[in-house]
Amino acid sequence: MNPEERHIFSVLVENRFGVLARVAGLFSGRGFNIDSLNVAETHDESISHITLVTHGDAQIIDQIYQHLNRLIDVIEVTDLSTAGTHVERELVLIKVATDDPQKRTEILQVAEVFRGRVIDMKPASLVLEITGDEGKLKAAIDIFNTYGILELARTGKIAMLRGSEK
Amino acid sequence: MELSGAQILVDGLKREGVEYIFGVNGGAAMPIFDALYGETEIKLIPMRHEQGASHAADGYARATGKVGVALATSGPGATNLVTGIATAYMDSIPMVAITGQVFTHYIGSDAFQECDVIGVTRPICKHSYLIKSSDEIADVVAEAFHIAKTGKPGPVIIDIAKDAQNNEALFQYPETVDIRSYKPQVHGEPAQIDKAAALIKEAKRPMIYAGGGVVLANASEELRQLTLNTQIPITVTLMGLGAFPETHPLAMEMPGMHGSCCANYAFTDSDLIIAVGARFDDRVTGDLSKFAPNAKKIHIDIDASCIGKNVPVDVPIVGDAKNVLTELNKQVRTADIDPWRDQIQEWKQKYPFEYEQKSDIVMPQFVIEKIYEHYSDAIVVADVGQHQMWAAQYFKFTEPRQWLNSGGLGTMGFSLPAALGAQLGCPDKTVVNINGDGSYIMTIQELVPAVTMKLPLKIFIINNMYLGMVRQWQELFHGKRYSAVDYHDNPDFALLAQAFGATGLRVEHPEDVEPALQKAKGITDGPVVIDFIVDEEENVFPMVPAGAGLGDVIRGLS
Repeated sequence: MNPEERHIFSVLVENRFGVLARVAGLFSGRGFNIDSLNVAETHDESISHITLVTHGDAQIIDQIYQHLNRLIDVIEVTDLSTAGTHVERELVLIKVATDDPQKRTEILQVAEVFRGRVIDMKPASLVLEITGDEGKLKAAIDIFNTYGILELARTGKIAMLRGSEK
Repeated sequence: MELSGAQILVDGLKREGVEYIFGVNGGAAMPIFDALYGETEIKLIPMRHEQGASHAADGYARATGKVGVALATSGPGATNLVTGIATAYMDSIPMVAITGQVFTHYIGSDAFQECDVIGVTRPICKHSYLIKSSDEIADVVAEAFHIAKTGKPGPVIIDIAKDAQNNEALFQYPETVDIRSYKPQVHGEPAQIDKAAALIKEAKRPMIYAGGGVVLANASEELRQLTLNTQIPITVTLMGLGAFPETHPLAMEMPGMHGSCCANYAFTDSDLIIAVGARFDDRVTGDLSKFAPNAKKIHIDIDASCIGKNVPVDVPIVGDAKNVLTELNKQVRTADIDPWRDQIQEWKQKYPFEYEQKSDIVMPQFVIEKIYEHYSDAIVVADVGQHQMWAAQYFKFTEPRQWLNSGGLGTMGFSLPAALGAQLGCPDKTVVNINGDGSYIMTIQELVPAVTMKLPLKIFIINNMYLGMVRQWQELFHGKRYSAVDYHDNPDFALLAQAFGATGLRVEHPEDVEPALQKAKGITDGPVVIDFIVDEEENVFPMVPAGAGLGDVIRGLS
């Protein structure tokens, strides 16, 4: 068995009805893994950008690349993990319980450490927005777990190559 | 001028040169069928089941190289097309399947005969379109045909809501199609072709392994040039039969599970495999860990995702087989490999396809040999099963598009409707349908349009009263536990043919094979069905058991 690697694919697709289903169906149909998936319109409204995190051995990763390219609605596929250095970010919303007012101050201090922003505050909870890479988000989630996370949502990774590399 | 969406569709199909549409009418497609009523440029062929329509369109496409067109209504009409679409997809056949869809305001409401056909067919088509507005139709038709026939061909689905068929729009057919996200790579990288030529020069035991892609790319001539220029032995897969004449001394015949020992031994001993439009299918390679252990591999394919999928490749060349071979042919000359050629000849002579002739019972292989004697120039359309393998082994194909079969999906029921489509596409050729008793009855209803159109199809049933290939596996691997394969309750196919209005003959003795075939030859005003009652428990050999290596081929049971 060859070693498995995580790869981040940046995929530009036609911003059209059903394209996401084609991409997702390709993965489910061929038994490839999706670790995270983010899709949204770009500055050109006819094009959507998909950031897809997957893992597999070199042969599987090559197959994923080829099969993505083969979809008619796919304009361009870049394997960011091999194409050069890239930047990546993910955003997480965490609703933390704050029934104890003293705990609230502590939570806000911890949020500060992670450069989190408070985007909603209620007597018994608050919602934090934190952005970062995988490691930072994991650290933040681990800490806030000790205070009691009521709800959590994350965007999935978004990524692109650095400036001069495209 | 404003035209109805249905009329725009028909006019678009004319612009694409469509001659035939194979269809079954129904509610959500009625405006399209209405627009085809009285149409002379495009002939509408009413089939008896939508599966038949998709296989007929497929057979037409395989025989002619043009895009086949099937048409059905929504819901069950569309789902009945599915097997034919999947069959075409697996063998990369250019096809456009048009389905009616419920009115746009009903879509998603579980309306009568509503089915998400785009969702159902997503993994089995090259591309698909849902049309909700008449003004989209012209562009979509042009794109669909472009996608179906270029690059690696395949089926494209156009699902059209009924209101889009009814509403009017301006007919403006695009002169050219440019899809920014779809640019098939048709020219091989010159550096890769150089590398391939260098490997060919060095090889001591090279072989050419050609597949259906050669036929699809119309690259048979270039393949012949490569083989003749280099004098390298060649094996052609089930999907490619006819791309190189099986009668030529360099031809090792078909490889794989029921292929020739020669081709399989050659793979095992070869030091260079030149794969052209073939995809290292599991039925060809056997156990991958034992496949061609000593060989470097050159792989020429239009589909980059096919290269390296099953077998690691040393020189990948993405491109159209015709273009790549044309370039490669400029660089190669006769290979200095006499000992290897001698070895191949020895295997060929030692291990031909062979069977034991019996005096009192008709042997299936004997029937195929006799069919070959009478119809060596015919288009042969086989179904799926033992008879398909015997036909592939004992009929010696010499021309591309002479042999049509469902190699990838292995669809039983494919052949009769496909033969009908092939006969319409090639009216000057004799079309022979070699069928099994199990597969024939799966789409027997398409004998109706064949009789109506007086198509001179030669339908030869190799009838062993079993689902023979499954029975063979049960005999060899399941302790002769013949579960659900006993077809001794088959109807009398000769009588049944007569009930359909065709000629029906039954052959039970070896000496009657020849006269029956003679008689069939004389019948030109409609289909003739010959029911050949053959040895019930004859097996297909050689056989590489599933999971074994090609070197472990069983040559026969004796």
